[in-house]
Amino acid sequence: MLTSGIILLEGGLLTPNPGLIFWTAISFLIVMLILSKFAWGPLVSMLEEREKGIQSAIDRAHSAKDEAESILKKNRELLAKADAEADRIIREGKEYADKVRAELTDKAQAEAQKMIASAKEEIEMEKRRALDVLRNEVADMAVKGAEKIIRTSLDAEKQKAVVDEMIKELAASRN
Amino acid sequence: MRVKAISRILALVVPVLLSLNSHAFAATGQDEAQVHESAAVTAPAASGTLEAPVAGAATVEAGAHEAAGAEGHDEKPGDVIMHHILDNKIYPIEPFGEIHLPEIAVKPFGIDISVTKHVVMIWLASAVLLVVGLSVGASYKSLSSKKAPNGFANVIEALVDFIRTDVAKSNIGHGYEKFVPFLVTVFFFILICNLLGLIPYGATATGNINVTLTLAVFTFIITQAAAFKAQGVKGYLEHLTAGTHWSLWIIMVPIELIGQFTKPFALTIRLFANMTAGHIIIYSLIFIAFILKSYVVAMAVSVPFAIFIYLLELFVAFLQAFVFTMLSALFIGLATAHEHHEEGHAFEESLH
Repeated sequence: MLTSGIILLEGGLLTPNPGLIFWTAISFLIVMLILSKFAWGPLVSMLEEREKGIQSAIDRAHSAKDEAESILKKNRELLAKADAEADRIIREGKEYADKVRAELTDKAQAEAQKMIASAKEEIEMEKRRALDVLRNEVADMAVKGAEKIIRTSLDAEKQKAVVDEMIKELAASRN
Repeated sequence: MRVKAISRILALVVPVLLSLNSHAFAATGQDEAQVHESAAVTAPAASGTLEAPVAGAATVEAGAHEAAGAEGHDEKPGDVIMHHILDNKIYPIEPFGEIHLPEIAVKPFGIDISVTKHVVMIWLASAVLLVVGLSVGASYKSLSSKKAPNGFANVIEALVDFIRTDVAKSNIGHGYEKFVPFLVTVFFFILICNLLGLIPYGATATGNINVTLTLAVFTFIITQAAAFKAQGVKGYLEHLTAGTHWSLWIIMVPIELIGQFTKPFALTIRLFANMTAGHIIIYSLIFIAFILKSYVVAMAVSVPFAIFIYLLELFVAFLQAFVFTMLSALFIGLATAHEHHEEGHAFEESLH
């Protein structure tokens, strides 16, 4: 065991070997040059391309999401607008119907009022005509009475009785 | 099937253990040669029945004994461990022999560039990485961005994406793209080197300080270049004074200069020590059984603990690759940190 330790310390491990250095350098350089052209170059460019592809895909997904959201928002707005429009139309319809009904009612009432008024007027006119007719008759009767009185001469008693009778007649016919 | 195998192993192991104990009791007064002989007799018997790690270790021991017999002196466990850890011009494939790696006669700049065990592992790691990387890259060329990757490409993509976003982007920030290929390559390179060291007949190239030093020097060069590019020569020199009063420069400038070099030094030592330590621990645990010459110790201590450390090493292989990459990214981020500051000022000024 002691000898092995001495050998390790004595060296051999640290002896320089220019030939090995030479071959290592040459081999490594050749390998690096060949591989960086034919292996790592395509590989790394592929990695970069794929990174870009993934990034653009993510970007596209984001923009598509934004677009979809804006469309959704627009749709919601349109829907809300349509709802409001429908509400307004219904409300307007109701208002119009109310107005029309009120108008019609007013008109009908006015018509009825007018008809009542004209009826009253006609009734009044009829009444007046009837009164006129009555008055003419009364005048005729009075004239006839007077004629009778005159004819039956100058009996006061008789005259008085005739007038009374005539008045009674009048009153009865009047009533 | 499994129960039958275990019972057979037990039937073979229990008498051996009993006889070994009786031997030990009997041999207390005898000389060591006899005990040695009994161990040598039981070792081949065990190698056929016991499970793989012990069997492998037993053959390693047997091989060591043969070598010792040939050279005429006993090989110490330390020598075997160091032989495994250190670089060699001979690639051992234990029970079957060894491969003498080719020497390269051409010596550029006077350095011996002969192929060694760790050079072979680095080439193997490079080949694995190239095959994986090119197949993944080819599958990505035929893939459109709309389609998901599948299978192995997905695993690599997850790791690359992790390094790109969580390591490079979060530590370097603006302008991180041009450092991604380096960071990804260094991660996979270290990871595969670490993992190759954990498979049988493999060796850990990242357990060699020369390899880790080279990788750290790449990080150092990139860090310095990024610092110069981000701050300019004037800004770089100003950074060395850490914004202190001129009378303190004589202290601050050396400290900042040393600080520039401690970062790659720390990277070097951290990776090298982590990968070496794990292998030394596994080998030491196995060798406890051979030093004590006891099957009880082998079954109760060496194998379970070695398996535990092996699993830990699997984790460490990933962890150290990540740590190296992470720290490289952090150092680059620290070096380019002033860039954001100045850009922020320029932006503010453009607003006024």
